[in-house]
Parts: sequence; structure tokens; C-alpha cells
Amino acid sequence: MNTTVMGSNKEVRKGKLSQMNDQSADKAKISVNDLDLFYGEKQALYRVSLDIQEKEVTALIGPSGCGKSTFLRTLNRMNDLIDGVKISGEIEIDNENIYQSSDVIKLRTKVGMVFQKPNLFPMSIFDNVAYGPRMQGIKNKKELNKIVEESLRGAAIWDEVKDRLKTSALGLSGGQQQRVCIARAIAMKPAVILMDEPTSALDPISTLKVEELIANMKKDYTIVIVTHNMQQAARISDKTAFFLNGEVIEYDETSNIFSMPKDQRTEDYVTGRFG
Amino acid sequence: MPSPLSEKQIVDIGKSNKRKYILEKFSARLFLFCALLSVISLLLIIGFVFYKGAHPFIAEGYSFIDFIFGMDWVPSEGKFGIFPMIVASIFATFGALIIGVPIGLFTAIFLAEIAPKTIAKLISPAVQLLAGIPSVLYGVFGLAIIVPFLQNNLGLAKGQSLLAVIIVLAIMMLPTIVTVAETAIRAVPKTYREGSLALGASQIGTIFKVVVPAAKSGIMAAIVLGLGRAIGETMAVILVAGNSLILPTSLTDSVRPLTTNIALEMGYAFGTHQEMLFATGIVLFSFILLLNFVLAKIGSKGGK
Repeated sequence: MNTTVMGSNKEVRKGKLSQMNDQSADKAKISVNDLDLFYGEKQALYRVSLDIQEKEVTALIGPSGCGKSTFLRTLNRMNDLIDGVKISGEIEIDNENIYQSSDVIKLRTKVGMVFQKPNLFPMSIFDNVAYGPRMQGIKNKKELNKIVEESLRGAAIWDEVKDRLKTSALGLSGGQQQRVCIARAIAMKPAVILMDEPTSALDPISTLKVEELIANMKKDYTIVIVTHNMQQAARISDKTAFFLNGEVIEYDETSNIFSMPKDQRTEDYVTGRFG
Repeated sequence: MPSPLSEKQIVDIGKSNKRKYILEKFSARLFLFCALLSVISLLLIIGFVFYKGAHPFIAEGYSFIDFIFGMDWVPSEGKFGIFPMIVASIFATFGALIIGVPIGLFTAIFLAEIAPKTIAKLISPAVQLLAGIPSVLYGVFGLAIIVPFLQNNLGLAKGQSLLAVIIVLAIMMLPTIVTVAETAIRAVPKTYREGSLALGASQIGTIFKVVVPAAKSGIMAAIVLGLGRAIGETMAVILVAGNSLILPTSLTDSVRPLTTNIALEMGYAFGTHQEMLFATGIVLFSFILLLNFVLAKIGSKGGK
């Protein structure tokens, strides 16, 4: 079973696991092992194995339909919503196999997600951010107020919306909405935040703001981001994984991926020769 | 390459085009006429009902207030009070809502959100078929099953009662509520559900906190349409209502709603009696108009 896709990394991890008491700083937060995913008969991911480090930004790049979004959605089991999805292999987050436990709710409170298009609910800004905590049973008003303010500050949008918390969230601009979406994810105090092309629907200035935000959030959260925009991956990520046709072709430090890719296909892609 | 057209050909084209234009104009007129037909029918019916129904109050000196709030309906003595019928209609309709709305709404939620495709494919047509059953059959079913059931289990002298009407109407409004509400729920963007689930909300939590509120205006429309169906239903109601002319004070009372009053007596009524039945129609019609108005209000709100 252990066909190494990106040999070096995996052996490093195996080494780590064999000496568990060695609490080194770069112990993997998320560790994916031989992940295959099928939509019905069609295979979408082939033996994906990669380790994602804590408090780093990991970018997933690759052409459309290469499986990067599919992969991202396995990390909080959003693919469970689609009929006929079959998964084999292991995904461990904090050494816990997320597909063995049946507690999806617990997983999703720990692994937040920001979607491609801002998807705020048709309710007030406050209610949007308080939605997750309320669903966890937090009813105390003071506590909710505190969480909402902290989350909105955390998403660098507090100053823009503090006077209109009770107005509909759908009245905000797209960029503001996306940052409120991030605040909504932060409100759950997740360990990991997944972002599925979070800036693809935004204008350049809003994109810049979200990128700054991501750079700041890195100190508190482990971030996995899917992006079509290679400059974005280069600007904000620490590690980059290049996906092609459902396989991870190369996974390395972002600077290596962009300056000296080992695989010809990676080089072709990052230099814009295809994709 | 296109050769220049001969003069004859040009004339031919002119001719055939002329015919096309005439046909075009004719069909446009025909469609307009068809479209106007329903408006004309509506106006004629309203005009006729109001003309006939308003006559006794304008020309014969009957008081409209006494008509609405009068307790006695004795046509032979010239007593025309429809208050018990208004109350019966309102009780029957809202009673049916109390039973029909939760069941219909939960069915719609189940079909749109929870049911596996195979089960939804089984239930959905069944519910829609319910709408196709002629209303007299609902009445027969009510008379043969519900009425004896109530009679035996509640120890009534007569099973035909307000409760029987409510149950039959609740079943009859189900297909309307289910179909319209299901469509509204399905129209809620998938991204809302994903957003909620990704925040660690449960499926049921997501349905009640995000999906149903987002589909609120469609669900309200479903309820109002169901209400319209219930208040206007006649045939099924005649068979199970008992048709007594008393002010209903309990669920087990025999009642006569507005619709059945018209249907029962119109066959033999003449003169003032007949006109009073038309006046009953005006009251019924006003209820329906009011409902439509509410529906339009909801619709415009939903569009925002």
C-alpha cells in the first residue's frame, strides 16, 4: 500500500511517527495518507499523501478539475453531502482519523471553511457571526457579543461594520461579505481553516485585504487554501502542493515550487505554459 | 454565389411575406383574445354575483349588518343571517391549517432535504396525485371512514361535524402546501446549506435555522394557497359537515360553512332567498380576495 508519491516528505513523517515523544515543532497538523476518492465510478483523487504543518499557510494549486477543491473538501468531510462519494485512505487531524469518527459536527467545528463565493445567510451581520456559536448552544448575550466582536476584529472588518451589526449582511460589498464569512469561521475558534478560492469572486483591492488577513491569521490558525492564482499562492503560502488530474505532482516549500520545481509538469504550470 | 433575384421572384416573396404578416397579426389577436377571456369571465362573474347579491340590501331594505351578524337563517320567514356559517367557515379553515400546515411543511422538508432520492421519488408523485382526486371522493372517503370513526370513538350522536370537516380539508390542502413549500425549499441556494454545515451545524439545525427562514416567503405562499383551497371547498364539505344551522361551539358540532349553504339551497331558491345566496357568495368571495391580497403582499416581499 505504501507506494510513495512524494517520497522524501513521507519518509520524514514515518520517521516522526516512530519516535512519537519527539515533540518537534513541525509535527504535522493534518496528515493525509494514500487518499483515493471516487465520485461514483469516476476517480477524482489518486493516492494523495501530504502532511500539512500547524500554523502555516498551505496552498493547493493546479488547473481546473484537478481535484484540489475535492481534496480540500475531504478535510472537513463536505464531500459527504454528495451522493456516491467513496473514500479510501487516511486523513488524520491531530492524530485522529476523521473518517473513522462519526462525529462530523465536532470535526467541522474544529475545521472551519470559507467558500469561493461569500455565502452569508440572509440575516444580520451579528446573527451570521453568532450562528455557529449559537448552534453550539451558547446563548449568553454577553458572551455572544464578545465572540462576535473578537471574530470581526480577527477578520479585520470590525471597524467597517460595528455600527451596522443589526443590518442585513447581504447589504455589504462582496469583499466585506467574504471577510464576514471569515469572521464567521473564526467565531467557532477552529484549529484549521480551509479556504476554497476565497478571492476568486473579489476585486483586486478586496483580494489584497483578504490576503493580508490570511497572512495575519497564520499565527493562530492552520490554513489550507485552494487558489487559481499562482501569484497569490506565491505571496501568501509557506508550502504549495501542485495537483494535476487528481494526483499531487509536487509538494514543497512555496519558494522551491516557484523557483526550482523538481517536476517538469510543475514547472510548465507555474511558468504558465499550460493550465 | 447568390444570383440576383428576378422580378417575379421578388413579387412572390412580397406576396408570401404579406401572408405571413397577416397570419402574424391574426395569431397575436387570437392570443390576446384568449388571454382576455379569463379576465372577462372574472369580471362577468363578479359583476353578476355582486349585482344579484347586493339587490336585497339596496332595493329590498334588508340590513347588511343583520345579514352578516344575524344568527338565524330561515328563508321561509325572511330571516337571512349567516353569522354561524361565517364562523363555521373560519373555524373549519383555520382548524384545517393547524393540522395541515405542520404535516405539509414537514413533508416538504422531508422531500426536499432529508429523503433519499428513491424515497422522494415515491412520495412526491403520491402527494401530487392527492391533488388530482376529485373533491367529491374526499367527501365520500370522509363520510365512509372519518365520520363513523368519530361517531364511534367520540361517542357522538352524529359523526358529521366540524372536526370531520377539518380533517378532510387538512388532507385536501396537503398537496398544495407540500408542492409549493417543497419548491420554495429546493430553491434555497446550496451555498447556504454548505455554509451552515461547515460551521458544525447539524442537518436539522441547518434546516430550521437557515433553509426554512430563507424559504419563508414561499412557505407563506404555500400556506395561503392551502387556505384558499380549504375555504372554497364545497363538495367534500357538504358530505361531512352535517349542515346544521347553529353557531358552532365545539369541534363535534354539526356545521354549515358558507360554500355548502350556497350549494345546498341554490337548486330550489328563488327571489330574495336566491339573492341572499348570492350575497353569501359575495362574503365568500371577499375572503378569497383578501387571501389573494395577502398572497400578493407576501410575493412582493419575497422578491426583495
